Amino acid sequence: MSVAALISSLRTGLVTALAALVLAICVTGTAGAQDAASEDALKAALPKLTERSFDVKGQAIKDISTSGDPRALDLLLAIQEGDLYYRKSDDLIVYAADAESGYDIKDALTGEDLGNVGKRKVKKISINNQLRSILKGAIGSLELMSPNPDQRVAAARAMLSNPTADAMPILLTALEKETDPAVRDMLDLAKAALEASIGSVEDRLAAVEIMAGSMNPDVWAILGRLAAKSDGSGSEDETTVGKAAQQALNEIEGQKQVFALVETVYFGLSLGAVLLLAAVGLAITFGVMGVINMAHGEMLMIGAYVTFVVQQLMPNHIEYSLFVAIPAAFVVTGLIGIGLERSVIRVLYGRPLETLLATFGISLFLQQTVRSVFSPLNQPVTTPEWMSGFYEVNGALSLTYNRLYIILFCLIVFAALLLLLRKTPLGLQMRAVTQNRAMASSMGIRTGWVDAMTFGLGSGVAGIGGVALSQLTNVGPNLGQAYIIDSFMVVVFGGVGNLWGTFVGAMSLGVANKFLEPFTGAVVAKIIVLVLIILFIQRRPRGLFALKGRSVEG
Amino acid sequence: MAKAETMTEANTTPRYSSWVLSALTDRTSVSVLGAIGALAIACVLLNQLPESSAFHVPTYMISLFGKYLCYAVLALSVDLVWGYCGILSLGHGAFFALGGYAMGMYLMRQIGDRGVYGHPILPDFMVFLNWEELPWYWYGFDFFPFAMLMVVVAPGALAFVFGWFAFRSRVTGVYLSIITQAMTYALMLAFFQNDMGFGGNNGLTDFKDLMGFDLRSDGVRNWLFLSSAATLAIGYILCRLVTTSRMGKVLIAIRDAESRARFLGYRVEYYKLFVFTLSAMLAGVAGALYVPQVGIINPGEFAPLISIEIVIWVALGGRGYLYGAIVGALVVNIAKSYFTVAFPEIWLFFLGGLFVLVTLFMPRGIVGLVGETIGSAYGSMKGSARRRAEAMGGADD
Repeated sequence: MSVAALISSLRTGLVTALAALVLAICVTGTAGAQDAASEDALKAALPKLTERSFDVKGQAIKDISTSGDPRALDLLLAIQEGDLYYRKSDDLIVYAADAESGYDIKDALTGEDLGNVGKRKVKKISINNQLRSILKGAIGSLELMSPNPDQRVAAARAMLSNPTADAMPILLTALEKETDPAVRDMLDLAKAALEASIGSVEDRLAAVEIMAGSMNPDVWAILGRLAAKSDGSGSEDETTVGKAAQQALNEIEGQKQVFALVETVYFGLSLGAVLLLAAVGLAITFGVMGVINMAHGEMLMIGAYVTFVVQQLMPNHIEYSLFVAIPAAFVVTGLIGIGLERSVIRVLYGRPLETLLATFGISLFLQQTVRSVFSPLNQPVTTPEWMSGFYEVNGALSLTYNRLYIILFCLIVFAALLLLLRKTPLGLQMRAVTQNRAMASSMGIRTGWVDAMTFGLGSGVAGIGGVALSQLTNVGPNLGQAYIIDSFMVVVFGGVGNLWGTFVGAMSLGVANKFLEPFTGAVVAKIIVLVLIILFIQRRPRGLFALKGRSVEG
Repeated sequence: MAKAETMTEANTTPRYSSWVLSALTDRTSVSVLGAIGALAIACVLLNQLPESSAFHVPTYMISLFGKYLCYAVLALSVDLVWGYCGILSLGHGAFFALGGYAMGMYLMRQIGDRGVYGHPILPDFMVFLNWEELPWYWYGFDFFPFAMLMVVVAPGALAFVFGWFAFRSRVTGVYLSIITQAMTYALMLAFFQNDMGFGGNNGLTDFKDLMGFDLRSDGVRNWLFLSSAATLAIGYILCRLVTTSRMGKVLIAIRDAESRARFLGYRVEYYKLFVFTLSAMLAGVAGALYVPQVGIINPGEFAPLISIEIVIWVALGGRGYLYGAIVGALVVNIAKSYFTVAFPEIWLFFLGGLFVLVTLFMPRGIVGLVGETIGSAYGSMKGSARRRAEAMGGADD
């Protein structure tokens, strides 16, 4: 039970209690008087439900809904569901629930339990289609008065999707009372939707005007119906309104395109975030050591597998598994990275092309190891509850949580790296080695140690990138392969020696990919981006944010 | 390219006639060409023996050897750019595959109306995709000389355009390696597309005839094998001529100290462009001979893994020795044929280990190792090896 519902039930309970005590205090006294009046109205209306005539029943339903009694909504809902009966012996209206034999009945007004009765002792209050539509309107209007704003919005939305002329007065009263802006907006829309089909030409045009900015699919449907008359098939008024509706639709179409654009950017940024997580470690190691680590993709893969293993170890706490997996992946891949640096890369210092080949060999080795230890097949990694689902901004735009979290996560990691590079002694030393290794070394920086730490850090970041990736794609031995070339492209595009270069590189590649995709398809988009980078590197062979310096080659 | 060799060549370069002569008649060339020729003739002769004979070489083995020889040509082309000019291309598989596709297109057109769907002009996969007519880039491929021209022109043109942009803007070292890898990756993605008109996933296969002769006949297979051997020999001579010429000297200078060569007034980019394009053409020819012997060409040949594997053949055999590249290609591929059948699990461990061990412990490959062992008797190679390693380190930095 939500808090709002709890409060509302407390409130109704309180009011009834006060009414029963008939306290003669001014404020509560009037409330009590009102309550008594509405109860009388309800009591007067109820017996009419037992009549055969549907017209009388209809009147009864309307009376119930306008009575203002808090029990009215439950009664109407029960009629709609076919749960409301009357006892044949004394025409008492009762709620009935199926029991093993006969029905368990309760007094509709007092809620008093009347025990079990035989099927023949009670009769259902039957309804027909006409009554159903009356009921729907009545229920809608009652819900509009509900103390719970969410329910009021839902009711207004229901009216919007199914506008009936009878709902107008209810809407107007609701609008008078309403203070919650979100509910008001929805009510305004619902009113406009009604006016658009029943009011005068001016009213209708005004209504179309109101609806023009809406991002609600129901409104689009209403406008669409109106616009269908713009070709002059209806009366003159209908044509005028239709044309306005058409214009409003065009406007909405434009807005939809804007939202589609926002969505594309969102997808692009989330892809960029993944690329950034994959590439930033590569950029750091390349910047500091001048070494391209071809096994970097495998660090992503291992990070994803760490997630898998962690989830296997704590199957009952999947919700928290990622928080365990992130540090675990960082440590595991970081240690592997340091091990690699100490054993292989250090030996090849100053021979970047050979390093490239050796690390490629390592990547094959790691892939085959994972294949042998786990299996060549993809492993199932569960997405925690809190990462699934989406946030609906409006009818045209909804953002999935997993991408949102990955963008946030990537920003956090990036900020942490920036801090590390700017504020810590290790960061200072790393930057020094990046700029001038020989000078840094002669100033007493242990470049070998910095190299090992850099490599560990780069691999560790790739590892946590792998944790993020495990939430987006299949976790298999080839996971790293799919991202490594894109990561290279980010590094080549962004340049090294500046984390912002990698950031801009990753985000622009991600967004560019997603922008091209609708026009060309995913694969061609990728090809175009690759070709563009190959062309770009001709203009700026050292990337977007090249380090300026005097290092001379050869 | 050992120091001792370089010095003898430096003395023999001035006159063209003597340059050509010495390139072809020095001891290494003669032994390499002799070995290729002997191997080729021996295999073909042994294939003629009756099957009952213990020395009989079955035809499928001939084709397998033919495949190795094509790989050797490919390795030669990579050694030309990497070993002699310091361009580490991780995209040479693309040129190989382009040559292969040109040949494959010719072979597809040779099928004629014998395909599954029996269409007189369109290859099966186009009929399957409901294509109405042949795309314009398939025109002319039924004409053998045109197809053969395309085998060298297509990869050559790609290499020229790519190199023109890359070398002029001085993209070097790791950056160049990475964009060559991106190039072959992009091509792989493109060729996987069905609407590219190259058979998509499945590539080109089900070949029937080559110049009117049945591809599956022993005779054609022997001829293809002999052509591969001849191509290897010619490719070797060509590379040998290039590397021992004056231009070869400049290439080596570029490899060892690019900026210095530029400051001395050499147009580094033109030298690189020439050797890169030539190498791509050679790779294309290798691909063209590979396809009819293997019977299929598909986009998998563009995979970055394949291209980088070629580099390891060269590294294992001995970068900077033309015959080292040949040795490396043969050794790795024979090992691959064995391991992938006997211990499929082990193969990637083996290959991965090879990458690491070769780069760590055998910077000059098998040939260098052997040469060192022999050379240590003369006591002259060690010093030069160290100097060479230093020079290469400087070039890469």
